[in-house]
Amino acid sequence: MDWLFLTETIISGLMAGVMYSLVALGFVLIFKASGIFNFAQGVMALFAALALYDFLAPEGWFNQLFGFTLPVPIAIVATAGVMVILAWLIERLVLRYLINQEGIILFMATIGLAYVLEGTGDLLFGSDVKPLDIGIPQGAWDYLLDTHGLYIEKLEIFAAITAAILVTVLAIFFQKTRIGRALRAVADDHQAALSVGISLRAIWVIVWAVAGFVALVAGIMWGSKSGVQFSLSLIALKALPVLILGGFTSVPGAIVGGLIIGVGEKLAEIYVGPMVGGAIENWFAYMLALAFLLFRPQGLFGEKIIERV
Amino acid sequence: MLYRETGQFKTSYQADQAIFPIAQDRWFIFGIIAIAVFVVPFLIDDYGANAVLLPFLVYAMAAIGLNILTGYCGQLSLGTGGFMAVGAYSTYKLFTAFPDLNLIVIVILSGLITAAVGVLFGLPSLRIKGFYLAVATLASQFFLVWMFNKFGWFYNYNMTGMINMPASTMFGLQLTGPGAHPAVRYLFCLGFVLVFALVAKNIVRGRLGREWMAIRDMDIAAEIIGIRPLYAKLSAFAVSSFYVGMAGALYFGIWLSSAEPVEAFDINQSFLVLFMIIIGGLGSIMGSFLGAAFIVLMPLVLKNFMVDGLDIAVVTAKHVEIITMGMLIIFFLIVEPHGLARLWTIAKEKLRLWPFPH
Amino acid sequence: MTETAQQMTSAKKIGDVVLAVDNISLSFGGVRALSDISFQVREHQVLSIIGPNGAGKSSLLNVINGFYHPQEGTITYRGVTRKQMKPHQAARQGIARTFQNIALFKGMSTLDNIMTGRNTIMTRNVLWQALRVGPALQEELAHRHRVEEIIDFLEIEHIRKTPVGKLPYGLQKRVELGRALAAEPSMLLLDEPMAGMNVEEKQDMSRFVLDVNSEFGTTIVLIEHDMGVVMDISDYVVVLDYGRKIGDGLPDEVRSNQDVIDAYLGVSHD
Repeated sequence: MDWLFLTETIISGLMAGVMYSLVALGFVLIFKASGIFNFAQGVMALFAALALYDFLAPEGWFNQLFGFTLPVPIAIVATAGVMVILAWLIERLVLRYLINQEGIILFMATIGLAYVLEGTGDLLFGSDVKPLDIGIPQGAWDYLLDTHGLYIEKLEIFAAITAAILVTVLAIFFQKTRIGRALRAVADDHQAALSVGISLRAIWVIVWAVAGFVALVAGIMWGSKSGVQFSLSLIALKALPVLILGGFTSVPGAIVGGLIIGVGEKLAEIYVGPMVGGAIENWFAYMLALAFLLFRPQGLFGEKIIERV
Repeated sequence: MLYRETGQFKTSYQADQAIFPIAQDRWFIFGIIAIAVFVVPFLIDDYGANAVLLPFLVYAMAAIGLNILTGYCGQLSLGTGGFMAVGAYSTYKLFTAFPDLNLIVIVILSGLITAAVGVLFGLPSLRIKGFYLAVATLASQFFLVWMFNKFGWFYNYNMTGMINMPASTMFGLQLTGPGAHPAVRYLFCLGFVLVFALVAKNIVRGRLGREWMAIRDMDIAAEIIGIRPLYAKLSAFAVSSFYVGMAGALYFGIWLSSAEPVEAFDINQSFLVLFMIIIGGLGSIMGSFLGAAFIVLMPLVLKNFMVDGLDIAVVTAKHVEIITMGMLIIFFLIVEPHGLARLWTIAKEKLRLWPFPH
Repeated sequence: MTETAQQMTSAKKIGDVVLAVDNISLSFGGVRALSDISFQVREHQVLSIIGPNGAGKSSLLNVINGFYHPQEGTITYRGVTRKQMKPHQAARQGIARTFQNIALFKGMSTLDNIMTGRNTIMTRNVLWQALRVGPALQEELAHRHRVEEIIDFLEIEHIRKTPVGKLPYGLQKRVELGRALAAEPSMLLLDEPMAGMNVEEKQDMSRFVLDVNSEFGTTIVLIEHDMGVVMDISDYVVVLDYGRKIGDGLPDEVRSNQDVIDAYLGVSHD
């Protein structure tokens, strides 16, 4: 067995897993706080990347309107601002009217939302592939290549570090701040949170905005890797097996689940794929997650459910 | 028309359990069916059949199927596209292997094959619930489409990778293949949909339907009063897939005549059918028809309005259509989360009391 | 009401042991819910389980109908001893129950809810049901007829077609009893059938319970907090506290049992 190749595969799997985790994280945040399975999360990443591209590109709307483009850091902040406005609009126009509806209704509403965002993105920015370059280092990491002969993309290392920072910041935000505590209270019980004077609407705007930031980060990473294009919205489908593996409500689950799926998929592509004719990446992650669930229905970090009547 | 049920007394439980207990409803439905059978075939043309009537009938069939699983049994599925593919490929394989077999038999056999596949992919429902199950059903969607695309046996190793429906006749009339008369294709689908809609209605108002609804409303209590969850859930998957499979067979065999797995059966098909049952009404056979009509007609109306009425470029119109579709769906969910079927019931309530408000 | 109730209970014939609960212990993780519980239920008996909140009464019912699996001990019902059993198997043995927090099928009408109770005794397969002709239609109508009798008995004719989610609490409890009766059970487990009811509704419910017991001969195990009702309608009383059985006997014996008075009643009701 070629151990170097195996190591390389596992590391690149882990890195791909980080990318899945980033998307899954957005799902988990919204599901935890509002019980909504937000199918639009992938399209939100696409939308964020498109908006960021627009602030930077000479042919963007921003340049046409104001006659200049933004430097990268300011463009990122501006895009974050766009995501906050988007979150506010979603609460104002959609969620507000769907309080107390069943999960399936909310889920369908987010599919509708995905259509609206996708159509708007295409209409405003066109559907061609756009290269996103915000100065993230590209290519192989020379040090590892020279000393150990390992081929690891710098972008992937960068993404992993960013994800680690993001998760840490989110953890601090949830554990230490007043808003974070309110968010956790809402996640536990809507009614009880309302009764102690937490504003559900404000919380929903905040949580959708936070999910918007996560989508932005995911959008930047994926956009830098393979360009900003429609297929970016499909990474949501890649993140779903992560959710059944890690659980819809567990942040650590999203991270570990993402890593497992990333590595599993890469290994399967190399060692299983050739046996069945290849191109298995579309469904392998689902089968992996399903097989896992049959042995542990509550997911990776879920507690055993005691059913009551 | 006076919509009153005064004077209509039911003297048996059978009359009380009729599908349309009120006489006016009965006549209304019979009237519509009569028009569909005796008038429409004389007016139909290729555009009307391919763009409106066949899509409506095919999707109504698929929507009934998904409604059985999701609306009646409460098991959310996102794998409808994959199961339609099973029906379509079964029809193709059966028809090319046994060209003499009657197409009615082939469609039903395709449904049965899909039912078997549906039970297989329904097994996880015994362990997992809710959105976890919904995501798990995506596995079937992706796996099945991949399988039909990957293995040449399914498309008889032809070069294009597509499946094409050969020409065939029924009662001396050409039914499939190029040149088939739209009226013949329409009547074939209509016959299937009418018969199996009645069958579906009978099942959901009988013992099995009650078991499904009990599982949907409270699975623990259902088990405690003696319902076997294994049997109830898997039977819902089987019956649902049977319908979706027949819809897939009609979709390929009668409507499209040729199909290619990645495009024709992708995940958007699954969402489309799900939209139909949500907009039409979960847990309502009538709602499946209303939802299918709505989702089939809305893009046509939008497109005609924008391209022909407002002279908007086709590409832009496509984007606007997607946005409008998304907004309409959200609007509907906000206004009437129980769907068109509920609106229909409320309208009838009002009409009964008219001209008095209460 | 008290007088008629006493007459009916004394008039009926109590038979042999049908249910034997032997040394049942149940725990969740480290929490002990039941320890070493044993008692017996006789045919045609009305047996009440009483005890403070959290004493393990509902858990005990859940063990009897197979929903919880005890770590130790056995349940013997009509000569069949079991340790592990699925709830639907218990239902098919003839054990039906109602729930403390109403567990009706909220999307279905009263009629459909009660019809669901008869599912275990309907036999026509799916093909017959799909056609809904001949034997399948006859079966459906015959069962509808039986269900209508239960509806008459419980005096809920007027809400036959109403979705149960829209009914007031007291009526929902009645529909739930109807659903349990529809299965024609040989034993009925009732978990606080009168909780949250006013005096009039409690009287109605007590009457239904006694009528079921005397007319159909159904053995009844019930949990109830209202001591007046318990003492009136029970043939036998079992007292639980902290998952342990602290006493059992005839209502009068229990009423004067010092342990029970100390642990549960606090003050004597005499």
